[in-house]
This record gives sequence, structure tokens and C-alpha cells, in this order.
Amino acid sequence: MVDKETAEKEHQAKVLAYKKHAALRENLTGYAFLAPNIIGFFTFTFFPVFASFVLAFCQWDIITEVKFVGLKNFIVLIQDKLFWKYFANTLFFMIGIPIGMTVSLILALLMNQKLRGIVVFRTIYFMPVVSSLIAVALLWRWIYNPDFGLLNSFLRMLGFRNVPQWLASTSWSKPAIMLMSIWRWAGYNMILYLAALQGIPPQLYEAASIDGANTWRKFWHITFPMLGPTNFFIVVMSIIGTFQTFGEIYVMTGGGPAGSTTTIVYYIYNNAFQWFKMGYASAIAWFLFLVMFLVTLAQWKYAGQKVEYSVT
Amino acid sequence: MAKKVAISIEEKRRRFFRKLLLYCLLSIGGIIMIAPFVWMLSTSLKEPGAVFTYPPEFIPRTQLRVEHNGMEYGIFTAEIKGKLQQVIRMKLKKDMAMVKLYENGQVIGDAFEIPSVRLQPLKQVNIVWRNYIDAWNAVPFGRFFINSIIVTVCVTFGQVFTSSLAAYAFARLNFRFRDQIFFGYLGTMMIPYTVTMIPVFILIKKMGWIDTYQALILPGMFTAYGTFLLRQFFLSIPKDLEESAFIDGATKFRIYWQIIIPLSKPALATLTTFTFMGVWNDFMWPLIVTNSMDMKTLPVGLAAFQGLYTTNWTLLMAAAVIVLIPVLMVYIFNQRFFIRGIALSGLKV
Repeated sequence: MVDKETAEKEHQAKVLAYKKHAALRENLTGYAFLAPNIIGFFTFTFFPVFASFVLAFCQWDIITEVKFVGLKNFIVLIQDKLFWKYFANTLFFMIGIPIGMTVSLILALLMNQKLRGIVVFRTIYFMPVVSSLIAVALLWRWIYNPDFGLLNSFLRMLGFRNVPQWLASTSWSKPAIMLMSIWRWAGYNMILYLAALQGIPPQLYEAASIDGANTWRKFWHITFPMLGPTNFFIVVMSIIGTFQTFGEIYVMTGGGPAGSTTTIVYYIYNNAFQWFKMGYASAIAWFLFLVMFLVTLAQWKYAGQKVEYSVT
Repeated sequence: MAKKVAISIEEKRRRFFRKLLLYCLLSIGGIIMIAPFVWMLSTSLKEPGAVFTYPPEFIPRTQLRVEHNGMEYGIFTAEIKGKLQQVIRMKLKKDMAMVKLYENGQVIGDAFEIPSVRLQPLKQVNIVWRNYIDAWNAVPFGRFFINSIIVTVCVTFGQVFTSSLAAYAFARLNFRFRDQIFFGYLGTMMIPYTVTMIPVFILIKKMGWIDTYQALILPGMFTAYGTFLLRQFFLSIPKDLEESAFIDGATKFRIYWQIIIPLSKPALATLTTFTFMGVWNDFMWPLIVTNSMDMKTLPVGLAAFQGLYTTNWTLLMAAAVIVLIPVLMVYIFNQRFFIRGIALSGLKV
């Protein structure tokens, strides 16, 4: 009797020990797999996020001592007229998003036909996407040359007399950057639309045809609603991308003329790496995060009720 | 039967015109997309003086010139007394030009005046390959290429490898704080690059790593995005295979290496393509952490080149072509693959 009881106890203890051992093993294996990534992730992402947050409340030029200044950076930010101007510039660039999306959707609708040689067109439309931004920006600086650039030459051939000065003019510099952006991303968004168009079940169109719907009605009542998730994705990605515009500004205008193309990120770059105001630059970066976060949140909320269309 | 044929002919014609219209529209789009590239290539092969022409010319040509009495003059064609003749322009005053006849390589006769609008420069195709040699030698482009290749290969390999390990842990292993850690990863995905850039720069500077490969490579190697993308994909793989492998005594690492990785080729290929392209074209980070010419990557090197040759368009375009050609070549021969990747990522994220 006693023997049996102790044997049972011993067995249970063994099982428990084994389970403990197995759990420990599983934990260790998990951490081992995670280790290479998490060490780097902690050093170059997680820790910097906190450091940046602290920096936003400090004044620091890297050389002298760090000085805690409380909310001063943010107060300066709110009163900084230049900052608001650059913020407005960045928002202005977003006008290009719906225009670009329309262009891409039209291209996708054209491409969604069974035509021979469509691969050639697709390859061409997608070329600017894979091209280095800096090379493309350099190229467009030449295209926008007021006197001998391709664009103005073309406009003159069409009979325009007063051609825009593009990058040299405060009123045309922003549309110029926008136009280049539309050209650059048209193919990318087109591919996203094309994938979505090809995912629409053909029976929807068949049913509509039987009901006597014309092409236009089919577009507005089937195609467009079915593209909801893609529209949402493109809008969110484009807004996030536009908020971070930097390379083309650096190469094409240097933020000018008269600050008309300076974006927030370009201002952050100048503050941090030209004027070494690390604290102020961090404060602007956090402000940028806040705005991007709110925009994305608003879109999720707004689009959350609209994008669900599943056909089974 | 006869009726059906009649309809199909009409239908055929209608389809033909529809197709024609589609091709026209697609071609207009295609021309707009490709014209800047053609223009770039054309400019890069021109003589410096030949870029400033109106109307614009796509074929690189230069005006023929001739020496006369120790001076160089441009040759023109002009209609003189109803005959098309070659002349050299001596002087230009307002609407009239002083010219001399030019025949069989000889300047003949005295100068006379004709309306300058009648003069057309005599041009010859002249492809200037030298621009490429000059651009290549003006800044260390060879070095930029090597730097770009080293940085891109290391970052891409490092990122795909470490994220796939982490993603496997998040998708398949049970360990304490797994979900909390994963939440931490997700949380940082929303935060823009500009926020972390400043502290990372300070860290790099304090380590004395400015102008080093470590500075260019390490911060890009570990991303939440890659881990997230792969975790989602791993979760979609059925567990049956792994379970039978586990019963057969395979270790977790073997399961990861011999089952998960081979099954995840599409996702890994997408991540590789994206990381490769992103790093190859990245501008801001290499701009911040490099000072010396020798450590610049291609995009930053190209921007520096622009700083030196601001309006030297033939050289600038040659440099841009040098930078673009390798990527475009890789793309054109693998375009299906690129495009599938984009379509995949767009829907999955």
C-alpha cells in the first residue's frame, strides 16, 4: 500500500519535473530563435523610440551636456511659423493622391482587357517604380528646366506662350513635385488595382448583365465598391509616403524656392543634421508620428464599416 | 447559320475598333511613362552644347563646323535664289545674318546678307560616349557600386534570416511573454523612420561608426515589418508536416530549416525583393552616416555628383543612366516576379 502510494507520488513528481523541464526547454528554444532579431530590434528600434521621446523634452547639440527643458520644444513648435508652412506644404502634396489614384485606376481598367502585348505596357508603366528615386529626381530636374526642358518644350510646341517656371517658381514648384510623384507611382498603384480587379468574381458581372446593367453602372455598382479595400490600402500608404517626402526635395529644390517645397521631414533633417538641434528635431518627429497615427486611425474607423465585401 | 456569321462580322469589326482604341490609350500612357527615360538617355549621349535646342531633339546631333581665316564657324543650310545651299554664318545682327557660301569643303566668295530665319543649322548624328567615361571618372562610381552591393546584400540577407527565425518563434513556439513581445514589435511598425533616426544616428556617432559599413548595414537589418510579414505567412502553413517531423524526433531548428523555409519561398522571395529594392534605393540613412566619398552608396553618390556638376546636363544624365541601368536590367528580365511580389504584398498587409 505504502509502496504503491510513494511510487505514485514519485511518478507524479517526475511528470511535474518533466513538464517543468519541457516548459523551460520550450522557453529557451523560443528565445534562442528570437535572439538574433530582438537584440538588433531592441538596439535600433525599441530603445531609440524611447530615447527619441526623452530627447523631445531636451535641448542637445550632441557636443555639450543634455539639458532638460520640459515642454519648451513643443511650445516653440506651435509658435514656429516656418514649421506650419512646411506642414501645409506637405499637406498640399497630398492633393496629388486622388489624381494619381484616378490615373492608376484608368490604366488598370485598360490593362484588364485580354490584349496581346499587354506585358510590354505593364513593364513600361512599372519602370519608374523600380528606378532609384535620386536618379529619377535628377532626370525630372532636367525635364523641368524652364528653357530647354522636355516639358516646357512640349508645351511650347502645343502653342503655350507663358510656360511655367516649374521648380524655379514658388507657385509651380509644388505641383511640379506632385506631378513627378504621380508619374513615379502610377504603375505601382495600377498593379495593386489590377490584382484587385482580377479578384472580382465574374459571376457578379454576369448577374448584372442579365439584369441589363450597362458598363458604366457595372463600374459604379460592382467594380468600384469591390475595390474598397485596395482604395483604402493605397490611400493609407500614399499618405504615409507623402508625409515622409525627402529625397526628391533634397535633390530637386533643396526645399526652395523660398521654402515652398520644404516638407516636414526635410525640416527635421535640417534641424537634426545641419543645425544639430536634436531635441527640437525629435519633437517635430513625434508631432509627425501623432498626425500620421491620427490619420490612419480615422481611416480605419471610417473605412472599417465600408471595406468588407466578401463573396463566397 | 448564315445569320450568325453576319452578326459575327459586325461584332468582329466592333471588337477590332475597341481593341484599336485600347491600344491607342495604352500607347499614350506608355509614351508618357517612357519619354523621360528616352530623354535621359538621349541627353546623356549629346555634346554639351547640343542639349540647348528648341524644338527638342531625341537623336543626339551636333552642328557641323568649319575653320575659316583662323576662326570657327557653324555651317547652315539656306535657300538662296531658290536653291538650297550651304553657308557659314559670319555675324548675326537682329533679323539679318552675314553669310558666306560654302561648297565642297571650301568657303567661296564674299559675305552677303540674308534674313536669319532662313538659316537652318546643318547637323550630323553625333553620339558622345565620352560623357559616360567622364561621369564615371568624375566621382568614384565604381566604389559606390561596390558599397551599394555590400550594404544591400548584407542587409537583405540579415533581415530575411533574422526575421524568419523570429517569425517562426512567434508563429509556432510557446514561450513566456511571446504575445507581449510581439505586440511590442507591432507597436513600433506605426512609428515613422524619422523618429528613431535621430537616436540611432547619435548612437552610431558615439560608437565612432560614421563612415563605416556597420553604420550602413546594422540598423537596417532588424525590422518589425519583415518579422510581421513572415509570421503571418508561417501561420497559414498547415501544422501536420511539422507534427510528424516532431514525432520522428526532428529538432525545432530542423523543422524551421527543412520544412518551414522551403514551404515559404513565395513570402521569402517577396520580402527579399522588397528589402533589396528598399535598401538599394535608400537615400536618407546613407546620407546621414557618410561623409567621405569612399563610403557613399549609389543614390548618395549620385546626389553628391549633382552637387559638383549642377547644370552639366550631359554628365548628370550619363550618371543617372549609370545608376539606373543595373536595376532596370534586373527588373526587365524578372518583371513577372517583381509584379507578383507587389500584388502579393498589397493584398496581404
